[in-house]
Amino acid sequence: MRKIWDFHGGIHPPENKDQSLGEPIAPAGIPRMLTLPVSQHIGAPAIPVVEPGDQVLKGQQIAKARGPVSVPVHAPTSGTVVAVEPRPVAHPSGLTALCVVIEPDGEDRWIEHAGLADYTAEDKAALLERIRDAGIAGMGGAGFPAAVKLAGRPGAEIDTLIINGTECEPYITADDILMRERADQIVAGTLILKHLIAPGHTLIGIEDNKPEAIAAVRRACQGHDIEVVQFPTKYPSGGEKQLIEILTGRQVPSGGLPADIGVVCQNLGTTVAIHRAIAHGEPLISRVTTVTGEAVDQPRNYDTLLGTPMAWLLERAGYRAADNNRLVMGGPMMGFTVTSADVPVVKTTNCVLAPTEAELPTPPPAQACIRCGMCAEACPASLLPQQLFWFAQGQEHEKLEQHNLFDCIECGACAYVCPSSIPLVQYYRAAKAEIVQLRQDHERANHSRDRFEARQARLEREAAEKEAKRAARKKAAEERAKKAAESGDAQEDPIQAAIERAKAKKAAQASAPAGDSRDKLEADVAATRKRLEKAEAKLAEAREADDANIAAYENAVQKTRDKLQNAEAALAAAPAPDAPAASSSGDAAQDAIARALAARYAAAELSPEEKARADLEKLEARLAKTRTKLEESRSAGEQDKVIEALESTVVRLEDKIATVRQSVGMPAEAEAKNQGQTTDPAALAIERAKARRAGTGKSSESPKEVLERNREALNKKLTTTRERLAEAREAGDDTVVAFEMAEAKLADKLARVERELAELEEA
Amino acid sequence: MALVRITSPHAQGQNRTASVMQSVLLATVPGVVVMTHFFGFGTLANILWGGLLALLFEACALKLRKRPLGFYLRDYSALVTSTLLCIALPPYAPWWLIVVGVGIAILLAKHLYGGLGYNPFNPAMVGYVVLLISFPVQMTAWAPPRGAGEVPGLLDAVQALFTPAAYDGVTMATPLDVLKQNNSLLIEDLWAANPQFGRWAGKGWEWVNMAFLAGGAWLLYKRIFTWHAPVAMLASLALMSALFYDGGSSASGGSPLFHLLSGATMFGAFFIVTDPVTSAVSLRGRLIYGALIGVLVYLIRVWGNYPDAIAFAVLIMNFAAPFIDHYTQPRTYGHSKPRDNSQGGES
Repeated sequence: MRKIWDFHGGIHPPENKDQSLGEPIAPAGIPRMLTLPVSQHIGAPAIPVVEPGDQVLKGQQIAKARGPVSVPVHAPTSGTVVAVEPRPVAHPSGLTALCVVIEPDGEDRWIEHAGLADYTAEDKAALLERIRDAGIAGMGGAGFPAAVKLAGRPGAEIDTLIINGTECEPYITADDILMRERADQIVAGTLILKHLIAPGHTLIGIEDNKPEAIAAVRRACQGHDIEVVQFPTKYPSGGEKQLIEILTGRQVPSGGLPADIGVVCQNLGTTVAIHRAIAHGEPLISRVTTVTGEAVDQPRNYDTLLGTPMAWLLERAGYRAADNNRLVMGGPMMGFTVTSADVPVVKTTNCVLAPTEAELPTPPPAQACIRCGMCAEACPASLLPQQLFWFAQGQEHEKLEQHNLFDCIECGACAYVCPSSIPLVQYYRAAKAEIVQLRQDHERANHSRDRFEARQARLEREAAEKEAKRAARKKAAEERAKKAAESGDAQEDPIQAAIERAKAKKAAQASAPAGDSRDKLEADVAATRKRLEKAEAKLAEAREADDANIAAYENAVQKTRDKLQNAEAALAAAPAPDAPAASSSGDAAQDAIARALAARYAAAELSPEEKARADLEKLEARLAKTRTKLEESRSAGEQDKVIEALESTVVRLEDKIATVRQSVGMPAEAEAKNQGQTTDPAALAIERAKARRAGTGKSSESPKEVLERNREALNKKLTTTRERLAEAREAGDDTVVAFEMAEAKLADKLARVERELAELEEA
Repeated sequence: MALVRITSPHAQGQNRTASVMQSVLLATVPGVVVMTHFFGFGTLANILWGGLLALLFEACALKLRKRPLGFYLRDYSALVTSTLLCIALPPYAPWWLIVVGVGIAILLAKHLYGGLGYNPFNPAMVGYVVLLISFPVQMTAWAPPRGAGEVPGLLDAVQALFTPAAYDGVTMATPLDVLKQNNSLLIEDLWAANPQFGRWAGKGWEWVNMAFLAGGAWLLYKRIFTWHAPVAMLASLALMSALFYDGGSSASGGSPLFHLLSGATMFGAFFIVTDPVTSAVSLRGRLIYGALIGVLVYLIRVWGNYPDAIAFAVLIMNFAAPFIDHYTQPRTYGHSKPRDNSQGGES
């Protein structure tokens, strides 16, 4: 005899198993409609591979596995797919889920399939593939993909294989009757599992309230190295963790898997399904389901096609809907209620329970917890349910986790024994969900902080890159300009270029209307103007909202303005609409030459110098405006970003002015003296900085006054930021991080200003 | 019938809070019968009067707290509180003493803290201690047991209750009191000199304790509570008295048997210490909780100011119960050792 261990707690609810054991398993037949949820297992839902109107054969795959922890779904009989859509399914939430709906044709035609004559000759991976392709997920309750469990983990040595024939939940007899009637299949399946994982011991654990089943399985096990272990009946000894403790004395570590202690546990039904998949090539398309409860006349077990509506089964068993107060899928301890009998039987549906009100009365209102401790005595996980209840009521999540809420298996033993009828399990489920939700929120908050920081880094990096590029471009332009200046009269070049461009275009654009390019330019100007208007509107908005993006908007407006100018210049340079008409008889190349010449002359009319001066005036006006703005924002203690943006604008304008001056060969004023230096950006930058400093120095206020005003502004800003931060904190907002950073920055700045002020005063 | 949606489990056991309370009430019957036999109808009168008051106070409190009356009155918890308090009170106590005691117990110790299940202190013992401190004369006036004096009749009991001024009853120090006052006689001589001593302890008291022990054993059998707290308390009390028995000298604290069968020992062990609301919750915690009560009872009885000490010991340990809980969390399935809470738990 093998040593049997006991587990803490447990209860002995009335078994109520005899009712459904009077008759052998009966086929439930083919219902009018089969509804197959694509998710009948733990893991990713399967992906439908059929469409409405498709003909399917029995055993044909109708949804394929998605990813490794997933299993496919197969057609339980031949027929027509009538819908692939969300339908109500058996889920505690009462929600709908994607289902493939099949209308059976009654012929029950199998798809071609074949088993393996000798699976021992087969590769282990191939066998696992077969098990997975057969859609086999744990049929005891959770529905974990069997192949994943059997594949094990590298490094985890499995010494014990346990086949779970406990069926401790009251009312349910699906496994019991399976053992009585199909013990040989169970043993055949067990041998396949043995072959797959080669454990030291193979045990079939059965509670001692099933003597017939024990005898049948013992008989079938003769000659095989499989031990049938019988142990005292106690709920919930069929829980995987409890069964492992009973049979091995070992406990699955909290948060771990049985494989961590060298055990693999499979449900009986799953074992039979594996046998059928390997030996006959049949996918999992039916299961044994108990139909019981006092609201049915003939409780018994049915061999049920997956997807069969509960109503069909209940009808078979003589359902009296009027007497039924709740419809339970599963047993009375861990099953869940469904509000419609139309939901389908799935891979994990071991029982359909239709009790009367007298049988399972509606629970009375909960009374106060008197901490009697009966729950703690009943708890198979050695938890303190009364304390958990207390903390759950107070939403003390930390305490709940300290008291190992997540080791609760929701077996319901505590609520069963509670004299105050407190729905304890419900409290624990809710608390678990809350904690999981909070953890996710926390993770999301972390994630968004990371994202924010990454974005900041990226923006900085991009700004640096832009700056570098700009410097490079400028240098190139300057060099070009210098070369042009050196080569003296460079006036032939553009014409040459224009001729070449036109020649290249000629082939493609031989018959293009001449007015085209002008139209295009006009459209361009119009579009750019529109864009500019939009950008300005946005900038105004941002200014009003005191947005951090002001700088970016300003940039955009500036750029668009430049573009508009260019476009307008181009338009002005383009020949008047009637001009091309005059020379339209010539070919495109000639036209282009004419146009280029015309442009040259048009420009010449203005004289380059005049034109450049006009440009210069505009630019200088803008520069002045920007400088005043910069001054203003500096003294107002504006955000760094804004100041930086303004500074860069000033720099750019200065550059542009310099370039314009140079490009027209019109070195003027200060730049004329520094012509040699202008090519060196670093020197230029130094110059600019000097100029800026001088500019600031020119301010009418003394530095001390400026600093003091800065300090005041910073102080004000800091207070508002702190207020906002407090608000955000209270609201648990994601922006907390941003405000914290802003606060830190402001505080830094303030400290700096104060330091400077102190230095100034000392001096 | 419309199908309802309820979370699991759908089956429920037969246990009900009301039936737990009823069992406790029923288990006091042997004790009360024996008390009535030895001390007359005083205790019974206390219980009836106290029960009436308890229901009244409970109803008032529920009304004030806007709770459904019928639902909460039917849980019998108020009756249990008043019955336990009235058993502890001296028989032939005046009516107002019981009014004050039950009022304190129900209103102050129970409802001010949030009602059943939320009170940190045993309400009956709070009521008892308030009375003991406030009215020491009335609270120490015990009638002589049958065999040591005349036992008053039923009419005397009613008279003592409602017209205390007109009642002229005989009182006698309890054996615990006598032992406490003794500082010259050997235990043997003390036994011979005082009529209230019986074979092992006080006359009558021995049987009262035996009867409460029987009631407690029945509750244990009915699995109303576990053995841990009462057995630990009795064991530690026995151990303490054995350690300090001193061979029966004049300085002796009394034999283990004397302590186990004197005063409210058994009543306390099975009806007070086992109050689930105010005790530690884990089995290990209950062992510690009970054992410390036993030690405290002995300390107060022998070296303290009061001859009996159950109420004080229990209240002190009520204070300590959450603390004990904190350190005695059981090892959860799949955890290698009980969670270490000594780090403050604020990780």
